[in-house]
Amino acid sequence: MENNTVISFEDFGFQYTAQAEPTLYHINLNIQKGEKVLIAGPSGCGKSTIAHCINGLIPNRYPGKATGKLTIGGKNALELGLFGLSKIVGTVLQDADGQFIGLTVAEDIAFALENDNIPNDEMHEHVKTVAKLVDVEQVLHHAPHEISGGQKQRVSLAGVMVNQVDVLLFDEPLANLDPATGKQAIELIDRIQKRTGCAVIIIEHRIEDVLHRNVDRVVLMGDGRILYDGSADRMLCSDLLQKSGIREPLYVTALKYAGVPLTPEMHPASLHALSLSDGQKQQVRDWFDHQPTPDKTAELPVLFQAKGVDFTYPGGHHALKGIDVTIRKGEMLSIVGTNGAGKSTFSKAVCGFVRPQQGTMTLNGTDLATLSIKERADHIGYVMQNPNQMISKTQIFDEVALGLRNRGIPEEEVRQRVEDTLKICGLYSFRNWPVSALSYGQKKRVTIASILVLQPEMILLDEPTAGQDFRHYTEIMDFLHHLNKQGVTVVLITHDMHLMLEYTPRAVVFHDGRVIADQSAAQVLNDPQIVEQAHLKETSLYHLSMTCGIPAPEEFTRRFIARDQEVRRVDQSI
Amino acid sequence: MTNLFNYIERQSPIHRLTGASKLVCLLTWSLAAMSGFHTPLLAVLTVVSLILFKVSKIKLKDIRFMLGFTMVFMLLNNLLIFLFSPEHGVSIYGSRTVLFHIAGPYVVTAEQLFYHLNVALKYTCTIPIVLLFVCTTNPSEFAASLNRIGVSYRISYAVALSLRYIPDIQREYADISQAQQARGIELSKKASLISRLKNVSGILIPLILSSMERIDTISNAMELRGFGKSPKRTWYSGRPFSKGDWIAMTLCIGLLIFSFILTIVNGGRYFNPFI
Amino acid sequence: MKKFSVKTIVAIGIGAALFFVLGRFVAIPSPVPNTNISVQYGLLAFLSVVYGPVAGLLIGLIGHALIDFSYGWGIWWSWVLASAVFGLLVGFTSKATKLEEGEIGKKGLIKFNISQVICHVISWGLVAPVLDILIFSEPVNKVFTQGLLAGVSNAVTTAIVGSLLCVAYAASKPKAGSLTKE
Repeated sequence: MENNTVISFEDFGFQYTAQAEPTLYHINLNIQKGEKVLIAGPSGCGKSTIAHCINGLIPNRYPGKATGKLTIGGKNALELGLFGLSKIVGTVLQDADGQFIGLTVAEDIAFALENDNIPNDEMHEHVKTVAKLVDVEQVLHHAPHEISGGQKQRVSLAGVMVNQVDVLLFDEPLANLDPATGKQAIELIDRIQKRTGCAVIIIEHRIEDVLHRNVDRVVLMGDGRILYDGSADRMLCSDLLQKSGIREPLYVTALKYAGVPLTPEMHPASLHALSLSDGQKQQVRDWFDHQPTPDKTAELPVLFQAKGVDFTYPGGHHALKGIDVTIRKGEMLSIVGTNGAGKSTFSKAVCGFVRPQQGTMTLNGTDLATLSIKERADHIGYVMQNPNQMISKTQIFDEVALGLRNRGIPEEEVRQRVEDTLKICGLYSFRNWPVSALSYGQKKRVTIASILVLQPEMILLDEPTAGQDFRHYTEIMDFLHHLNKQGVTVVLITHDMHLMLEYTPRAVVFHDGRVIADQSAAQVLNDPQIVEQAHLKETSLYHLSMTCGIPAPEEFTRRFIARDQEVRRVDQSI
Repeated sequence: MTNLFNYIERQSPIHRLTGASKLVCLLTWSLAAMSGFHTPLLAVLTVVSLILFKVSKIKLKDIRFMLGFTMVFMLLNNLLIFLFSPEHGVSIYGSRTVLFHIAGPYVVTAEQLFYHLNVALKYTCTIPIVLLFVCTTNPSEFAASLNRIGVSYRISYAVALSLRYIPDIQREYADISQAQQARGIELSKKASLISRLKNVSGILIPLILSSMERIDTISNAMELRGFGKSPKRTWYSGRPFSKGDWIAMTLCIGLLIFSFILTIVNGGRYFNPFI
Repeated sequence: MKKFSVKTIVAIGIGAALFFVLGRFVAIPSPVPNTNISVQYGLLAFLSVVYGPVAGLLIGLIGHALIDFSYGWGIWWSWVLASAVFGLLVGFTSKATKLEEGEIGKKGLIKFNISQVICHVISWGLVAPVLDILIFSEPVNKVFTQGLLAGVSNAVTTAIVGSLLCVAYAASKPKAGSLTKE
């Protein structure tokens, strides 16, 4: 038994040199050969620190004080060094572009072999074999920007597999993938694990997506401690996830709302293995019948209208093929679709960053083609995905004031408008802080504030919640919801299905430069054809309602969301 | 954007040479051309370089854009030389044969024209070789080639990283720049020079600070895969030297030695027809 | 040769890529018709201060050489070497600026600017023209005038862009200290 353990933490603690408090306390954790473990927890719980300890970035890159013992492959991990550990542990980082170092796919896969001085012909053989294993052999000579996000991740995986490691460590593998690609990634990880017999550790907070394939154990972390270490089934029967601020699988929450008591024997960890008795199914049906139907929203006056918008990039890529979209005043809607479907080109066209060759766009009846980028920004605000890409001032006040000052507005009015905006955004008390003192979510608010201050009628946000855990996601989205209630039209470009289901009554689906659907988010996600084309994923609620014999999955989803929002709002007010 | 350095994949003897030997040839050839003003040699090199160009199957239209830049650069440089120093040729060649008078101090002499001819020949005998190198060398092979000719693999890899991340940074610059322009940042002539520079900083600051974060991620990713563990490394896109490589390198090194000998025999860097 | 840390290698690679993108694609019109301001020297001065002289040298060398290669006139080494020398020299002053500690202040900015002006004078007023004379036998008055113009324009650019970058970088370093809400 003992020599089957690859990783063993014994009463392990760690404190970064730069920090006043330890990040990890008394960690006891064993991982066996061939085991598949999910480590979950909210941001700041210490799960990334655990990952850094396993791959050696701690203490080799991030110095600090360790207590207790950490043994990897039978040796003291703290003395193995980065290179020693790289032979045992392969890490797939969250940032696929940062990890993709080679000029082409083949070179990137070969990177570790090159560093090991493997002769050229042997290297070519090896690369081919591994590329086949992760299904990228068709794109071996492609550059990183010529392949999709999912393929990039496969290349990263291949790049660490060439070392024939015993442990594969995935740091938030789902963060940058669309739902369908994420599902494929989980399936691939499962296949690779079965084939190679590696131990697999997945660090994620998107539990439902990881549980698409079986995991042996879930380790739940909070505040630097292990809160739970055991089967996924047992964990889902408790209220641990809720308490930690992590989202439970939607079907589990739905069962709980319906008052169905969960037991490990029902296998709640897997949607496919979940067994419900007839009585329990009846319970869900009863709940469904008693939930009120959420109100349909009234028709609002038109704000923005695109007609036949067509755009081809100078290189010849036909990105938009006759787009028709109408956006109404005070709406909150999502634009969804895969990478390259045309959704970001469309938002660039709306903001004037690219000029469509055909078609018209109007805002309140004004032809947008007559306005410059800067003039459009007075009406339509654009918020980039990463706040660090927008912030150029060191003080919050100056950052928010930038757009106004560039427009030559008198300083008194600038002060007034900035202060008003900061109040709306809940940043007023921070107004004299440097930007560097803020958290990621607060920075995001600053960038939204810096756009709102121009008083646009509509704001467009690119992936506003990418990489955020459930708590921060809720915080950002509730804030946007609050803005929307105050009359700002909000357009979200996203591939987060929860987001579109929960916050936007309407979803516009792009595929291959065309709009293939424009209906309610619940309808979109319950239409298998659209789901497949747009690389979305049916929600587990769809399956649950089918299992329970409710023929209207779309309505089931809608009622669930309404109930869920009520519950969460109550939670927050406490 | 995918092909900033204009690598054009074709089948030709020049393409078949390894990047390393082409790099050696480029360096020795250009050194030979730079070292002296021996007009007949420069003329011969120009003719040979044009022949090599033909051999490489690179068409004129493939390089129109780059050639345009270079021609403008060359003309401008010649013009500047004449404007600043119309008697430069006279001082080099030690005689003064006036052809005609333009205005003021500007006199056209045979010596000056001959000097300009030499400057032009320096361009015409090296530019085809540079373009040849750029168009026939796969960027993937470049870092391996540098390492092959003696540059440390760490520095060679820094060059590879530049080539890898230029398109990413270019895209990021475009994105940030658009978003900042929407907030009213003005880079055109409408703003004063100082405020233009301040405004461009509004784009550069987020670009550079986020690139510095990226530096951390990339160096972690590289170390996690064992970069820097041993004093040597192999290259996936490196190729062994063939007979052709050895011949090409021998010829080019011979050329360099010949040009040095010529300078010594000639008693100076200049070929002087005016004596 | 001294072994660089992997981080320095990556900084050189990314730094050169940034230098390239700014030098090749960022066109800020200058007061002289049909010429552009070289914002990349503000970047180079900043990166040299942060990552040190050797990184500065190589960022200038690789970045500038890549620009020349992409235009197709690849081997005009005199100005490439001047960029490299500038990166090297500014890098030597990095200890005086204390950027890593998250502070720059007036004093640091003055030091940064005095040193960058001196380094520009050496690179464009001396290195570039002398190499032009040695390699290409170009007229003395022409190369020194060109060098002077480039030096002044680069020093102005660095004074603004480089200083702003230093301030922003110093401010982005998290500092211990108590911030209170108002």
